[in-house]
Amino acid sequence: MELDAQNRSESEKISGLKQVTKEKLTQKSFKANLLDFLIEKAFFVFGSIAVFVLLLILYFLIREGSDALREVGIVEFLTGTRWYPSSPQGAGYGALPFIISSFMVTTGALIIAIPWGIFTAIFIAEIAPKRVREILKPVVEVLAIFPSVILGFIALVILSPIVANLFGLSNGLNAFTASVILSVMALPTIISIAEDSIKSVPKDYREAAYALGATRWETIKTITVPAAKSGIMAGIMLGFGRAVGETMTVLMAAGNALNMPVREFFGVTLPNYFSSVRTLTANIAIEGSDVPWGSLHYSALFVIALILFVITFVVNLTADILISRQRRKLNNE
Amino acid sequence: MSKHTTEKIWFTISGAFAFMTIAALLFLLFSIVREGAHMLSWSFITEPPRRNMTEGGIWPALVGTFYVASLTILISVPVGIGAAIYLNEYAKQGPIVRIIRMSIRNLAGVPSIVYGLFGLAIFASTLRIGVGLITAAITLAIMVLPWVITASEEALKAVPRSFREGGLALGATKWQTIRQLVLPTAIPGMATGSILGLARAAGETAPIILTGAAYFSRNLPSSLTDSFMALPYHLYILATQHAQASVVRPIAYGTALVLILMVILLNMFAILLRNYYRRKNEVL
Repeated sequence: MELDAQNRSESEKISGLKQVTKEKLTQKSFKANLLDFLIEKAFFVFGSIAVFVLLLILYFLIREGSDALREVGIVEFLTGTRWYPSSPQGAGYGALPFIISSFMVTTGALIIAIPWGIFTAIFIAEIAPKRVREILKPVVEVLAIFPSVILGFIALVILSPIVANLFGLSNGLNAFTASVILSVMALPTIISIAEDSIKSVPKDYREAAYALGATRWETIKTITVPAAKSGIMAGIMLGFGRAVGETMTVLMAAGNALNMPVREFFGVTLPNYFSSVRTLTANIAIEGSDVPWGSLHYSALFVIALILFVITFVVNLTADILISRQRRKLNNE
Repeated sequence: MSKHTTEKIWFTISGAFAFMTIAALLFLLFSIVREGAHMLSWSFITEPPRRNMTEGGIWPALVGTFYVASLTILISVPVGIGAAIYLNEYAKQGPIVRIIRMSIRNLAGVPSIVYGLFGLAIFASTLRIGVGLITAAITLAIMVLPWVITASEEALKAVPRSFREGGLALGATKWQTIRQLVLPTAIPGMATGSILGLARAAGETAPIILTGAAYFSRNLPSSLTDSFMALPYHLYILATQHAQASVVRPIAYGTALVLILMVILLNMFAILLRNYYRRKNEVL
């Protein structure tokens, strides 16, 4: 305690000394100091713009969606199965088919992309020789920037005929095709975040395992990957966010039919991956460009956007918490 | 089974997945190049579509994409650099900075179609600008902002501390130090980030569907509020909305090829630029 106080006063003395000398040396004018102060405040405005924009988006989604929220009610949106915005007798605003469709294609995409992404990340981070790694990294980068409309186009002209032939369907535009192409969209996100997180595991962990006689694979399986677990989970969450928010690929690959994509199977209601589906995002893209501004239909589209916003917000926040938890854990130990 | 056999099996599985990643990219590129390569010609690039888009080229879409992507960068880069300067040079660690960083990461995760709807609500209908080039560009600018901020911040982080200390020791104010020492060193890195943002903006479709892309327009946009054709939207139209989808298929492939070439070349250019300046800085 005493020593601490002594140290503090010492350092105060030193920093005090520093300040005096610095001021004497620089002799900044009042004007220069004022200018510097104002510039700092100006940059703060730029810095906080992200917060401002995020709140602005939320505000506009709520404001424009409030009409529909009031007249239709959030319960009807989340549980209703009829979406007939322009029907003169009894318009319906049930978005459940879109919600189910979105979760179907996203889940389908993740079932493919999670093992694919994690094993690829392990390979890049721990196994691949340097030369192979230098091929794989740009490959992942190019996949990450691949315009989604091109992936949708490939799904439409190449993938969907293959799917139709394979399963004997009349039309290959369905949730299955959308899931396959969407997995390619989610893949780069999962790979790069998982790879970063595996790489951030300190070297000592591995060396300790080797010293105990573990093989490289045993080390990966029992030490490195478990230590990177939170980061890998974050990668999966962000991959989920990317897939659920993706518009063009699903718009072009999923068929966009307005129905509940489920079928009865021995009395159990199951999702039907071979039915044409319309996701939350696709519905906004289809109806958003020619809906009359200010109508109830227009307002209803903002409620759908609000649902999407809330989903991705929660997903991103969770990923954020997971990443910082991993950082804390690895730094503390 | 010996543990070395187990290891070999799992290494092979991991390698197979990694190889699948390469194969997927090659398949995508090969499909487009195979069907699109014979479409590439000077006239395909420089002529407008003719006969209800069943003939001719993609010139207006190419120009439209160039316009909207350039405007996007013009808007987002100054703002993004400003935000990065605050975060890296001025801000002290604390709750405010944590909230800002959280917002940036969240903005990066907002679906692009939601940006489109937001742009429609605020610029087109509330501020009465209508849909068109400038509405689309501001919407895209907001969308790429988190990427531009992150890239600019990384460029600033790469500037050695000694530059700042040297500037302050010479009696410069903080702003003088930033402007005359830190920024010039960080600019190549920021340029790299901006070009990557440009590539993203050029490839985006969903937001511009709602904010001003045109199905077809005979003339190039002449004012900021004109609607415009854009390569990705053009591809979407040709692939799904055109009455004679099979007739225009070759043009769709050609459009896809030009789009992906543009995006990849922009990225390669950005990465080469980064590597060039990184080497140059090492000499320093």
